[in-house]
Amino acid sequence: MANPATLSAAVAAADAIPGADPGGPRGARPRRALSRGNVFLYGTLLVAALYYALPLYVMIVTSLKGMPEIRLGNIFAPPVEVTFQPWVKAWGEACTGLNCDGLSRGFWNSVRILVPSVILSIAVASVNGYALANWRFRGSETFFVILIFGAFIPYQVMLYPLVIILRELGIYGTLWGLILVHTIFGMPILTLLFRNYFTSIPEELFKAARVDGAGFWAIYFKIMMPMSLPIFVVATIIQVTGIWNDFLFGVVYTRPENYPMTVQLNNIVNSVQGVKEYNVNMAATLLTGLVPLAIYFVSGKLFVRGIAAGAVKG
Amino acid sequence: MPSVTDTPSGPRTRTARPSQLFRNLNAKLASIPMILTAMGVFVGGTIWTVVYSFTDSKLLPRERWIGFDQYERLWGTNRWLISIENLLIYGSLSLIFSLVIGFLLAALLDQKIRFEDAFRTIFLYPFALSFIVTGLVWQWLLNPDFGVQSVIRALGWESFDFDPLYNPQIVIYGVLIAGLWQGTGLIMCLMLAGLRGIDEDIWKASRIDGIPMWKTYLFIVIPMMRPVFVTTLVLITSGIVKLYDLIVAQTGGGPGIASEVPAKYVYDLMFQAQNLGQGFAASTMMLLTVAIILIPWAYLEFGGKRRG
Repeated sequence: MANPATLSAAVAAADAIPGADPGGPRGARPRRALSRGNVFLYGTLLVAALYYALPLYVMIVTSLKGMPEIRLGNIFAPPVEVTFQPWVKAWGEACTGLNCDGLSRGFWNSVRILVPSVILSIAVASVNGYALANWRFRGSETFFVILIFGAFIPYQVMLYPLVIILRELGIYGTLWGLILVHTIFGMPILTLLFRNYFTSIPEELFKAARVDGAGFWAIYFKIMMPMSLPIFVVATIIQVTGIWNDFLFGVVYTRPENYPMTVQLNNIVNSVQGVKEYNVNMAATLLTGLVPLAIYFVSGKLFVRGIAAGAVKG
Repeated sequence: MPSVTDTPSGPRTRTARPSQLFRNLNAKLASIPMILTAMGVFVGGTIWTVVYSFTDSKLLPRERWIGFDQYERLWGTNRWLISIENLLIYGSLSLIFSLVIGFLLAALLDQKIRFEDAFRTIFLYPFALSFIVTGLVWQWLLNPDFGVQSVIRALGWESFDFDPLYNPQIVIYGVLIAGLWQGTGLIMCLMLAGLRGIDEDIWKASRIDGIPMWKTYLFIVIPMMRPVFVTTLVLITSGIVKLYDLIVAQTGGGPGIASEVPAKYVYDLMFQAQNLGQGFAASTMMLLTVAIILIPWAYLEFGGKRRG
């Protein structure tokens, strides 16, 4: 624990005179840019940032090189000759063991899984959370606690019982089966999220609506939903990234022609046939990561809020 | 809300008194998916799997009871023992490093630095990526012919040896590097939120008393952040037990069976080897592991006080 000790100098200098002169210049006291503490502080952060950023950089660089260049050069070097051929190939021609129409098939499968799963899981969980927050009935809390503890049960324990349930329902292997599975496993975290949010809405609003004669659904649609847009956005972010990144459920509950993008990606890259085309592999990997990355960079603080809400309260 | 919600159908109850079951009917209807999931899938499914782990089910589940045979066979299987060993190594190291790195990064970011948002964005973005993507990127980076090893050798250090993905002895550490890359950002974020929740006055008081910064962190701030540490602990451990996709993508369990993990064992036996009974027994062991971690935690968190 020697690290924070060396920092103390820098911070002590910065905060030495808090609020000494309220009328004077505002803001932190300017500090020398190159103090020892600062060099250490930013040095460590930069090294850490390098560790986190390099893989993305290498992915991008590799995906833009031709195979001869990859065999000769090192993986960190920027491409001498930029080519988009690997991307085209990864999207439309790369081979899994079964077929050779690239990742595009997996992409559209993922979209077809994603959209209904996100809508269904959020619809179900938000109504659940609403019932739990405002319309408790005998036993509702018990079910809720079981639901939350269920989130910690390893999926492997419930894999096969769900196969049986889906088979009984006649949707094993179809997209709808997978959608149902995503709805089930998304329920604990989302219900928790919505319940906590609805509980924080002032109760007077609910009472007033009751007095005016609004019922269960009227209050949900006219008061709760319009007031809770941020939490719906957070829930959407959680679900879109979670479902897009899922691998296990995709591989267990769908047939090969319905495999989502992650499964297909793994089949392409780890396929044992043929010569390894690292540039195509990296292009494919990037393509698969593009959707969650886009959501991450666009949503920014909301993403953080989503994972924090899910994690801290869990 | 209790007073209102307990008698939601207030005025009407006077005239006709419907049975208890139909009071608050809409809420009960709306909760059906939750009840089905909680009781049918989570409780029912778990019990079903545990019960059928005592049968000799092969391709299909069947009720031929054989007691603890599956468990005996399980603990006599080399592959399972390696899986457990890997999980223990990966789990303990991942736990320690996640907490240490996560806390250090959060503490560094908490020093009122410039570009905090930029740093945080960089540290957290891997968390948005799937384990499959993570595994494949690190498979490429750790490729001995093109990746880190060859780059460092090309720089002149000819004898540099680092090919975890092809060396059974250290393969699990190669996976660990990737796992930490993906997951520490989240821990950092939670720790940072915890640090920001510490009252500024604590810092001022410790500064006035002349307590060095590292001591303030170690003896005041970290004990105050106990709830955050407990949550991250539970999160990390329950994540570790689920470790599956990363292995599949990065090593496929290889070289040989050197990087197998329990979750992969369960999947392979259930859906590839068609040995359901073994799969059920193995997944029951996974459940047991989680229970051992979770029950003391739940007891500590919820045992003493009633929380709604």
